[in-house]
Amino acid sequence: MSEHRRGDRVRTSTVDPDHHTRLPAYARGKTGVVIGTDGVHPLADLRARGIEHPQQVYLVRFTAQELFGQGDHSVTLSLWEEYLSDE
Amino acid sequence: MSDDHDDSPIAARVRELEAILEEKGLLDAAELDRALEAFAHKASPANGFRVVARAWVDDDFKAKLLENANEALPAVGLSMGGGLQVQRLHVVENTENVHNVVVCTLCSCYPIALLGPSPTWYKSTAYRSKVVSHPREVLEQFGLELPAGTEIRVWDANAESRYMVLPRRPEGTEHLSEDELARRVTRNGLIGTAAV
Repeated sequence: MSEHRRGDRVRTSTVDPDHHTRLPAYARGKTGVVIGTDGVHPLADLRARGIEHPQQVYLVRFTAQELFGQGDHSVTLSLWEEYLSDE
Repeated sequence: MSDDHDDSPIAARVRELEAILEEKGLLDAAELDRALEAFAHKASPANGFRVVARAWVDDDFKAKLLENANEALPAVGLSMGGGLQVQRLHVVENTENVHNVVVCTLCSCYPIALLGPSPTWYKSTAYRSKVVSHPREVLEQFGLELPAGTEIRVWDANAESRYMVLPRRPEGTEHLSEDELARRVTRNGLIGTAAV
């Protein structure tokens, strides 16, 4: 697992899991920029199955263009390390 | 299954645990109800209004609020620890050029301690799905028309943190006291679906 720093470009997972997750569908397989960290929390996907697996959470900002192909706003989400890879 | 965000296996487990604790005489159901009521009673948008008014009159408080809101809240007698766990709060500031709006696209996460129970529209699929893709249109439906050059930042409270917007202080309020300023703030102003 790599550590991401503020300003790094990261890409979200494209996987559509058959279990609970907090990576919303609209933000799957998208590239954004890390704007900060958001604490260390148990990965929601595993916690829903009774497994405590704390992991770094990042604040990642996406352009509307990247998410929806239109718009001039941005959307920022809190994403676990598990969901991210280096761009 | 990202639309399933109510952690229902956990809810079921809590109910079972509650029943066992009651059966063993370790938990008094009436006492639990009283604790929940006390939390709900304290949870009010008036708390958020006080935070905003203080930030408008006290630059040091405002700087701390934007940097680390959880550490700033005790100065106004508040905390994010009234619920089951201490939640991280992010306060995001509206400026001349930037407007912030908050949503939870996965369910309805909301800083209840500071804003009280969330409005029905906040939990609606229509708001949750549309404000991320078309915020300008959604804000217009709320009667908020922003200048074309204003940068809109949408914050999705999709994980463990909660958000509150710090609205811009209205013009011509220099003479108002902190209490009077607090009365100018609105709940929708704290979510970002209105200006103040």
